[in-house]
Amino acid sequence: MPVNEMLAQNSQHAYVAAVTIYVLSMFFYLAEAAFGRKAEKTAAEPAKALVTSGGATVTGTTVGPDPDAPVNTGTRGNRPLAERLGRMAVALTVLGAAVHLLSIVLRGLAVHRWPLGNMYEFMSFVCLVAVIAWLIMLQRFQIRRLGAFVLIPVFILMFLGGTVLYTQAEPVQPALQSYWLVIHVTVVSTACGVLLVPGVASVLYLIKGAHERNSAMFMRLGPKLPTQATLDRLAYRTTIFGFPLFTFGVICGAIWAESAWGRFWGWDPKETTAFIAWVVYAAYLHSRATAGWRGNRAAIINVLGFAVMIFNLFFINLVTTGLHSYAGVG
Amino acid sequence: MTATEAMVTEQEPPPPPQSGVRAVLAFLRNTWRGLTAMRTALVLLFLLALAALPGALLPQIALNEPKVAQYITDHGWWGRLLNKLQFFSVYGSVWFSAIYVLLFVSLVGCLLPRTVEYARQSFVQPVITPRNLSRLPHHLRAEFDSTADVDDVAVDVRKQLRGWRLRQDVEDSLAGSSINTAGQGATRVVSLSTERGFLRETGNLVFHFALLGLIVAFAVGKMFMYSGQVIVLANGSEFCNSGVLNYDSFTPGLRVDGTRLDPFCVKINDFQAGYLTNGQPDYYNSNIQYQSGEDLVTNTWQPYDLRENAPLRTAGDRVYLLGHGYAPQFTVTFPDGQVRTGLIQWKPDDTSTMLSEGATKFDPPDVTNTSVLVTKQIAITGLFAPSAAYQDGLLTSTYPGLRNPAVSLDIYQGDLGEDAGTGQSIFTIDQSMLANGRLKQVDKANLTPGQTTKLPDGTTVKFDNVQQWVSLQVSHDPTQVYVLVFALFMLGGLIVSLTVKRRRVWVRVSRTPADDDDQGGRTVVEIGGLARTDQAGYGEEFTRLSARLLDAARGRSPGQAATPTGGKDS
Ligand code: HEM
Repeated sequence: MPVNEMLAQNSQHAYVAAVTIYVLSMFFYLAEAAFGRKAEKTAAEPAKALVTSGGATVTGTTVGPDPDAPVNTGTRGNRPLAERLGRMAVALTVLGAAVHLLSIVLRGLAVHRWPLGNMYEFMSFVCLVAVIAWLIMLQRFQIRRLGAFVLIPVFILMFLGGTVLYTQAEPVQPALQSYWLVIHVTVVSTACGVLLVPGVASVLYLIKGAHERNSAMFMRLGPKLPTQATLDRLAYRTTIFGFPLFTFGVICGAIWAESAWGRFWGWDPKETTAFIAWVVYAAYLHSRATAGWRGNRAAIINVLGFAVMIFNLFFINLVTTGLHSYAGVG
Repeated sequence: MTATEAMVTEQEPPPPPQSGVRAVLAFLRNTWRGLTAMRTALVLLFLLALAALPGALLPQIALNEPKVAQYITDHGWWGRLLNKLQFFSVYGSVWFSAIYVLLFVSLVGCLLPRTVEYARQSFVQPVITPRNLSRLPHHLRAEFDSTADVDDVAVDVRKQLRGWRLRQDVEDSLAGSSINTAGQGATRVVSLSTERGFLRETGNLVFHFALLGLIVAFAVGKMFMYSGQVIVLANGSEFCNSGVLNYDSFTPGLRVDGTRLDPFCVKINDFQAGYLTNGQPDYYNSNIQYQSGEDLVTNTWQPYDLRENAPLRTAGDRVYLLGHGYAPQFTVTFPDGQVRTGLIQWKPDDTSTMLSEGATKFDPPDVTNTSVLVTKQIAITGLFAPSAAYQDGLLTSTYPGLRNPAVSLDIYQGDLGEDAGTGQSIFTIDQSMLANGRLKQVDKANLTPGQTTKLPDGTTVKFDNVQQWVSLQVSHDPTQVYVLVFALFMLGGLIVSLTVKRRRVWVRVSRTPADDDDQGGRTVVEIGGLARTDQAGYGEEFTRLSARLLDAARGRSPGQAATPTGGKDS
């Protein structure tokens, strides 16, 4: 079936619009940080409370909401400027994600197939998932001020995707027409997008740590970041969602490879790099249970894991000529 | 810190060895401990990741042998060194295998004690309640007026802890209360120690055991697998999996000698490819028939529609449609009137246009004298285009489908060098025969189906028509289904292990001693919480649970009747 050019055009416009909105929202996050106070101490430290009610005295540690949980600061009229900027930033991010989703849906309608057939589409999807994953974590953690740091890699990836890697809308080869492909690629790219969040959180963890050891380092950035404990928890909780997803994606890939190429695993460069990423994330989970490896080292491993995922996404497709290089650049 | 790790890393150092035997034993014990420590597993995991990396960056023999040869020649001593160090067959290399085996041993060594510990823990009761609950990461203390009996309060609290593994103790004297025991009677203190999320251990063990199983299944599969490739003309030709020689190439596992392949036959009746207007393939399919098992005896054929992504699965093997190409058919009429027909696959040089090259070779009929034979052999070589076009007189193809087939031939006569003993490519002629003059070019011609060209000695060569061939791959891997099952268990174990939190809650119920003017004193409830695996997110649960437990405890106390008792669902 021929490509619907009009839809393809509109998909492209939506893509550009989404990138623009993300950039705009990034500025709002930065403005929030610039006008905001330092990370709220009260929310970051376990609350010690003494409550007396109806003849009962209750004392405790961590009574009350989870220290990481977002706190609702004030009602409309009396919200400080930073707070208003932050809320606008989030609203823009949501809008950006909606336009981004539209771009992907239109692309799929234009080419009459699942819109994950080349690197441009793959990259776009990964970024959308990353943004959504971040918005979800935002509900659980007080991490709004990190918005810009998540959007920076998203912007870079989308920029590269829209320029260097851009591929005209077209159908895919016979080997790629399989529902296992759809499941495999969708799951793997979802995992990749989800894992962007802990990657960013771990980088910030390291920055915060460096700042705490030597306050001259990252003087401007350091004080604005949440506590290391929060960043560590954010990284861990997102990873334990992304890692099983990635595992499932790799299994689907093996099932697909079995029916398409005659073997479920062949150490093709793409498979090998996925294996390496998987092992690195396994090492991350191990490191958190190993004395002397928690904290900094665990964060480094997490960053490494995400680096390998990105390496797999980009480099392997562009440079080597394995069976997977289908996802070529047009 | 997990119990396991405590077990592994916090052992006391062994006493200094006294004798040689002891020294050896101590060395073995330490090696074993070192190898099975969490830290070692971590380092080995890293090494594994690192060791796998060259396999992604360097060409690998198993995937692309010519590319490896090219790489070695391009990089001189460096390439040769890498080759010596097995960098072009990473996954079979000594060093990769060493890491793999060490990790495997470490895994076994780690799992054995953990399994024992797991079994033991599933029988024992939760640990005794710590003395000082306020030291725990989560802690809550409540005091309220009540006359309720400590044991009754404990019963009410217990009702809220369904689904938790629980033990109840009566602690007779605690530091704080013993001061007051004199004159006031014994102060009764009841403690509850509860634990939840043991399933996490189960998931973790399932994951690691399944990983073990997967590694074993993978390795066994590599020993007993085989795979072979063969080209079959799509004109009703047959292929039977009866011996290695039927294949064009064959890769056996270590334990396969090729004598006992699973018997089955396939017959390739036709082949179709659909292309988009730009020449990009859209689909392939081939109508085939196959027989295996009983059908071989009765010679019955079953139909199958062989496609990309839809291999034929029969007799424990799988047959894949990997590729396709064209086979031009030539008829040679020798000067004495004898006729021979040649039909052999030519190989596509460019899969987007299917411009193909090849060599169709003929022996003159009825010549037994080799010295005559080697002057009369014929090779028809050149290019075949399914959709012909000419650029500066050279044949090219514009489209992969059969729109306008044509061949551009170079015809040679003489000695093809086939008795030289060196295996010849079926797609080319032996260039050395050309160089030494024993094979000579005798004709050049561009032909379309039905056209003929005449050689100087009167032999005619006719391009009859063109047929299609398919390339099939037969794969046999007896353990792949086990690998899949283990992989799914790994996934299940992983999800359970990562989502279930292992956590503990302790409750201690006591009473303040009654004052002289007081009727009964106050009830004191102390609650402590600890997440054993990861603190993340436990705070919320502890808050909710402790509120519920307090409500339940207070449900008994007069004056608190207005407080909803214990029934909050959260
Ligand atoms: C062969 C390579 C190995 C891989 C790929 C691997 C992978 C994993 C993964 C993904 C986890 C986190 C999920 C879970 O808790 O179930 C984990 C946890 C764990 N692994 Fe492994 N593992 C390996 C070998 C080992 C070895 C050799 C040991 C023993 C020293 C070990 C001990 C543990 C322990 C104790 C945990 C629990 C950590 C916690 O409580 O958070 N693993 N492993």
